[in-house]
Amino acid sequence: MMPSVASHGMPRLATLALLGGLLAAAVSMAGGARLERADFIFNNGTEVTTLDPATVSGVPEGRIIRALFEGLCVKHPSTLEPLPGAAERWSVSEDRTVYTFHIRENAHWSNGDPLTAHDFVFSWERVLNPLTAAEYAYQLWYVAGAREYTHLIDEFTYQPDWKQNLWVEERDDGRLRVGCSGYLLAAADGEAPVAPTVSTGDAHAAGAVVARLGDTELRLSVAGRVVAVNADMPATAAALARDAYGESWLLELEATPGALADALARGDLMAGAAFRAEHAFPERVGIRALDAQTLEVRLGSPTPYFLQLVAFYPLFPVNRRNLTEARERWPGTWELRWMRPENIVTNGPYTVEFRRVNDRIRLVRNPDYWDAENVALGTIDALAIDHLGTSINLYLTGEVDWIDRPITSIIPRLLPREDFNPAPYLGSYFYRVNVGHPPFDDPRVRKALSLTIDRRAITTSITKAGEEPAWAFVPPGLPGYGKVEMASEAARGFATGAEVAEAGFARDVERARELLAEAGFGPDGAELPTIEIHYNTDETHKDVAEVIADGWKKRLGLNVKLLNQEWKVYLDTQKTRTFDVSRSAWIGDYADPNTFLDMFVTGGENNRTGWGDLRYDELIAAAAVEPDPVRRMELFAEAEAILMDELPILPIYFYVTRNLVNPRLGGFHGNVVDEHFPKHWYWMNDAELATKRAAQPAEWREVPADGPGDGLYSPAARRGRGE
Amino acid sequence: MTRFLLRRLLWFAITLWVVVTVSFFLMRAVRGGPFDNDRALHESIERNIKARYHLDWHPFKQYLHYIGPFNLDEQGPEFLGGDGTRAFGGVLAGDFGPSFKYRDFTVNDIIGQSLPISVSLGVIALLWALILGLSVGVASALWRGTRVDVGLRLVATAGIAVPNFTIAGFLVILFVFVVPLFPVAGYGTWRHLVLPGFALGGPFAAYIARLTRTGMLEVLSQDYIRTAHAKGLPPATVLLRHAIKGGVLPVVSYLGPATAGILTGSLVIERIFAIPGTGSHFVNSALNRDYTLAMGVTILYTVLVYTLNTAVDFAYTLLDPRIDLEES
Repeated sequence: MMPSVASHGMPRLATLALLGGLLAAAVSMAGGARLERADFIFNNGTEVTTLDPATVSGVPEGRIIRALFEGLCVKHPSTLEPLPGAAERWSVSEDRTVYTFHIRENAHWSNGDPLTAHDFVFSWERVLNPLTAAEYAYQLWYVAGAREYTHLIDEFTYQPDWKQNLWVEERDDGRLRVGCSGYLLAAADGEAPVAPTVSTGDAHAAGAVVARLGDTELRLSVAGRVVAVNADMPATAAALARDAYGESWLLELEATPGALADALARGDLMAGAAFRAEHAFPERVGIRALDAQTLEVRLGSPTPYFLQLVAFYPLFPVNRRNLTEARERWPGTWELRWMRPENIVTNGPYTVEFRRVNDRIRLVRNPDYWDAENVALGTIDALAIDHLGTSINLYLTGEVDWIDRPITSIIPRLLPREDFNPAPYLGSYFYRVNVGHPPFDDPRVRKALSLTIDRRAITTSITKAGEEPAWAFVPPGLPGYGKVEMASEAARGFATGAEVAEAGFARDVERARELLAEAGFGPDGAELPTIEIHYNTDETHKDVAEVIADGWKKRLGLNVKLLNQEWKVYLDTQKTRTFDVSRSAWIGDYADPNTFLDMFVTGGENNRTGWGDLRYDELIAAAAVEPDPVRRMELFAEAEAILMDELPILPIYFYVTRNLVNPRLGGFHGNVVDEHFPKHWYWMNDAELATKRAAQPAEWREVPADGPGDGLYSPAARRGRGE
Repeated sequence: MTRFLLRRLLWFAITLWVVVTVSFFLMRAVRGGPFDNDRALHESIERNIKARYHLDWHPFKQYLHYIGPFNLDEQGPEFLGGDGTRAFGGVLAGDFGPSFKYRDFTVNDIIGQSLPISVSLGVIALLWALILGLSVGVASALWRGTRVDVGLRLVATAGIAVPNFTIAGFLVILFVFVVPLFPVAGYGTWRHLVLPGFALGGPFAAYIARLTRTGMLEVLSQDYIRTAHAKGLPPATVLLRHAIKGGVLPVVSYLGPATAGILTGSLVIERIFAIPGTGSHFVNSALNRDYTLAMGVTILYTVLVYTLNTAVDFAYTLLDPRIDLEES
């Protein structure tokens, strides 16, 4: 009978299938190679966008990239002062616009290549090259000609007309240089590609390509495809040289000046081409390798924080061979492959051993690093866990040694612990006001709103970790910038300090009512329209908005609504400026007031309030070129006072860092940008831990400090081994 | 049978096309883009990035490019006439393109890495759900009406009602903090998959228990069971040889949706237990506006759900000869 076959066969089949599934599961688990616990594990919070220093921005990315690559300068772990990194020393010209860096003789890449000045020319060109699409390209725009270079190809690369991509420069010796940038050039009809004869030499890039062509023909080839043939061209020879990135091609022609002028006049060489000639790289961009060990950088104007930028990861080098070889091996996918663990070449204290999306990046000590003997931890795992509850659970069970964002609700319980020490952080939490929406165009209304925010209540009952109420925009703690009083005087009518107490707040509310009445609103005037507070979906933002809305209702009698939006929609609302008041935050990129204040120049892309002030713009521009550091800080202070008087933004509080770190970890220093440097980390042994605990305040509660009790490469352990 | 499969295949193609098209345009209609950040980009830099990922094209052109195999990009694959520097082959060629958010990986890389992990987790959850659900269901049916039955049914109802992340919370408190048996989260060893597997399988176990109980009760009242008892077979033999086969039929039909549900429902569990599976990408890619990854995961789940449902229909005919696929 048929049914009996089926009904007897099936359960056995099903069992078999189940067993098979079980087996498959077991196999797939075994397939993911078993990893030993790393010497140190931290939660990086999210999967990093990429390991390419040129194309990222973001805190989690920065943590990994600082372990992998090293810039010319590095930062002092606590003061952030620029220290020699890949460069052992540097000199600055008298007018402070030319920096000459001398690279260490013993600096090497993890593939054994020596680190040279050419690597930096290559890497910085790459950051500026529009084809790289680097988010932080503007960090290099302080270099002479750099900004124009980023615009140059940008404006012409994506034009459908290939002629637009060409530029011509007539040189003194009568040679004509034709540059071709980009890759959109169309092939000429039926022409076979020129096969250039390749010769290697150091023509800016490792490989220069030279092609000898016929007497009367000029062929311009891009990536091996003929793009233009001009039979009348009186060229005798042409040299094609591929630039460092291999994207742009330079063509050199030898011809008499007259013939060239004729060609230009006839339009055989492209009209408008002279404009292009302004910006060839590297001649017009102030980045030059004087020799293998020496890099010269010319700035457009003195930039007092340039060395800090040099220590910032977008300016870290990448290995030329790493990229060009990947490009040759995998022409289609090299951009995703060169940074794979098996391919990546680094010059920093660590290199990548293993990577799994949304799980971890395993860093392993780079033996070729010039200072490898002072790098203690052998392996470091960076986890990508975004769930805050999971993150703290992992820390509390000792599976993770450092997290940076404990859940806010347990902060009061963490505060007494020795492993939780919030410290000032270069970040500002504030509300943007849309000054294009009446009545917010009236500064008196904005000031009244600002004065009635109970900042103290927000920091004590919501954020809880010791945040400082803000009456200014630039957070305290910047070297040389101590003019918070001036800003708060402008924001509040009196200097913050001794008077922050409750009495001060009552006075603020009184003043706010007066201001509203002056502006024509309130009991005797018009009614203010309903205000909408806009924020991105998050518990803390919601709580803060509720406290503020409540204050405005109670103290000023306003109608306030809350509007929360999902992150990307929220960003779009800010960008298109369709809000009344919108929650915002800003974390400084480098320790200088400029990283905060240049946001609010008229029309700045991060301004997003519609506010602009001529005097403010002048001050920021003046500060950019001011050589005297004291005078410069005064200019910033004056600008900030204008900002705080006009209040297109309502400052609320300054951030603090929230690191929970295993007490046994040594070499983990606090600083205002909350950057930490794996190079300095080590495990203390029991004696060192005891010494550290003896020195810390007695009321700090000791917590278990898991880790190797004999220390791991700690200074003491190393002394014990006689190193 | 062949006709059935062919027809399914045709419908599969149509379904997939509709899903791809609708999600493609929906995704781009949503406000905010993949490269929006709290740090606004300089206008020219933003333009460079958009050009790099073809977001400056008209959505319809982007769509054609995404589907392939039209060579709309000069840098496209060489076999289509491009120069091969950015060899995106299009979805028809099985190429989901580069991820916009995780820029060191293609969508194929990400799915290739994460799917086996989700499947391992799913298998554990499903096995656990089956073992627990079937035993509870059979026990419940055998002791029908007793306190045991009432108690088990109560637990089963609660199991269906309580979401898996709540179960996860209880499991973590119990087996990590009270009795430290398992790691709290993470991925690496089999021990990391136990708690998430249990939490994920819990609600399904409860549902299977109910289905089994109902199925068993129906079978146990059938004539042929009475005959089996009458001819003096021991109760265990009656149960295992005769009753179970018919009793679990509803469970078999539930396996397809259950497997799909476990695979797609793992997103919260994967997040709580930090399991680097595909589930977490299901939501995050949409939040990140990672167009290509979101499309890739959507297509993956469409294929999975469709295939599993077809497989169940297929299995059903083998178990119950009364069902004729040609007619349905």
